Amino acid sequence: MENNLFHASIMQKNCLYSTTSSNDASGEEAEQKQKISVTFVDKDGEEKHIKVPIGMSMLEAAHENDIELEGACEGSLACSTCHVIVMNMEYYNKLEDPSDEENDMLDLAFGLTETSRLGCQVIAKPELEGIRLAIPAATRNFAVDGCYRQEEARI
Amino acid sequence: MAIYGSVRRFWRSFSTFSSDPLRVCIVGSGPAGFYTAEKVLKAQEGAQVDIVDRLPTPFGLVRSGVAPDHPETKIVVNQFTRVAQNGRCSFLGNVNLGSAVSLPELRELYHVVVLAYGAESDRTLGIPGEDFYGIHSAREFVWWYNGHPDYRNFNPDLTNTHTAVILGQGNVALDVARILLRPTNELATTDIAEHALAALRSSSIRKVYLIGRRGPAQAACTAKELREILGIKDLQIHIQESDLLKSPADEEELKNSRIQRRVYDLLSKAASAKDLHSKLDHRELHFTFFRKPDRFLESDDRSEHVSGVHLEKTRLIGDESGRQVAVGTEEFEDVKCEMVLKSIGYKSIPAKGLPFDHQRGIIPNIRGRVVSETSGDSALPEQGLYVCGWLKRGPTGIIGTNLYCAEETVSSISEDLQKGLLQPTTRKSGRDGLLQLLDDRNVRVVSFREWEKIDSEERRLGSLRNKPREKLASWDELQRACWG
Repeated sequence: MENNLFHASIMQKNCLYSTTSSNDASGEEAEQKQKISVTFVDKDGEEKHIKVPIGMSMLEAAHENDIELEGACEGSLACSTCHVIVMNMEYYNKLEDPSDEENDMLDLAFGLTETSRLGCQVIAKPELEGIRLAIPAATRNFAVDGCYRQEEARI
Repeated sequence: MAIYGSVRRFWRSFSTFSSDPLRVCIVGSGPAGFYTAEKVLKAQEGAQVDIVDRLPTPFGLVRSGVAPDHPETKIVVNQFTRVAQNGRCSFLGNVNLGSAVSLPELRELYHVVVLAYGAESDRTLGIPGEDFYGIHSAREFVWWYNGHPDYRNFNPDLTNTHTAVILGQGNVALDVARILLRPTNELATTDIAEHALAALRSSSIRKVYLIGRRGPAQAACTAKELREILGIKDLQIHIQESDLLKSPADEEELKNSRIQRRVYDLLSKAASAKDLHSKLDHRELHFTFFRKPDRFLESDDRSEHVSGVHLEKTRLIGDESGRQVAVGTEEFEDVKCEMVLKSIGYKSIPAKGLPFDHQRGIIPNIRGRVVSETSGDSALPEQGLYVCGWLKRGPTGIIGTNLYCAEETVSSISEDLQKGLLQPTTRKSGRDGLLQLLDDRNVRVVSFREWEKIDSEERRLGSLRNKPREKLASWDELQRACWG
């Protein structure tokens, strides 16, 4: 379903590229309306601004844009490798509450914060225009802070 | 043999494209091995990475550890497969470190060797009766139901067993309890080994105990696995409500750990849930807290067969690090059972010629750099030798933990390269040399392409039974499928 939406948007995009020369401004507007701006802040603090079609998950969006966000279980809610931190509480509150299943996975995320979510569960919608997502710098946490210890008891 | 030869020629011609690449050998093809390979390929342009495994099949515990009813957890093999298909990466199965090739030989052939062979043994309790029949490690049981070729003939006796005791309350303990208690028609559509499914179908186990030394506030499982087992159809859950009383120290612990808090909440909800539908053929799961095994009891009828566990009640005291530990109270009780599965932790097997920290079950290392015997404060790094995964940090954590673990090890490798501590300018024969050596010793390598033959045969067999795959569970079958 999401995939279809995604492909549809790609098709549309390709279409637009070939027709924009004919000044089809209204088409471009419609296209803009269906996408939101999202900023990813990577482990080194570098920002990447992308446009994400409504309905697409942030995990898919990251992969489409060569942003390094792991997705070991490919969005099936069986891992926490696509952990992202919503950088602004206001945006975090615009998201649906995480399900029990998502919370179960967030339990195991490195460097969990109050505004942590799984990238595969954050779906682009108009209210999220301008959302900023940080990819946690897990390596630093790994050896240094309590995350490592917390992990130790789990298998 | 002909195929093997042509593959070798291909590899040889391939490797001549680039002059003297960094040659890396990773021992072990589980998550730690594959994540390491992925990160090395990315960090070191031109590096040639070979992943060797003693089995003909890749993916380690994703294949033989992850429970059959957790297919989503195994999706990560798609990512690992893409790594293996990278032109600079090779999988060499059926290559046993120690018997096929020694560690010094690997270090001679490669600039960098990363040990990521995990933990293939078990911790023991060291209490009387541990060798009785009917007592197994959870790992053995898991490898058996997951079709590991070393455990094809393990055959635990489930038909003469009414009660099984599982020692431990971590996720492995919950996995084996779930496999024992879950309706077999639900397991039938998973990739569980057929021999295990048949045994479980005729199982007479009706009661399972999960026994832990500490309390519900310290249970070592995760919420997902707990939620899952609490939701099994027609399963009565028994939890002593008095065990749920929290001490101030428990409150403090729970306050500081989201996961422990959520696990505790699930347990207390389960304890207070009233069982409305008590069916005749129900099964029971007992969470038994604050007990530690003191010795195993021997059956009167069956000599040297376990008939129960003598348990000592415990209480919690704070140790110097502020952690609550269980100590015996010298009050005892017995639990009768016909089978015991010890789920008290895996243990790595030391590598010949390398130091080993038996306490932590790891090869001593600094951020993945293997260090030789430490004398005083100084630790000497072993040039070009690294470690990742359970062998590096102990047998804990989830698949994703290896991602960060590999990142750390690979950044150590990159740092050492930059500092000139490694000598990639020295010519090493790498894969060609290894294949030559294995050829001389009549060790037949399983390539990734040959694993794919096993893979498609398993999927074909699975489709006949409405399963995602039917694992080839013996060495014979595996070899026939790839070399046939």
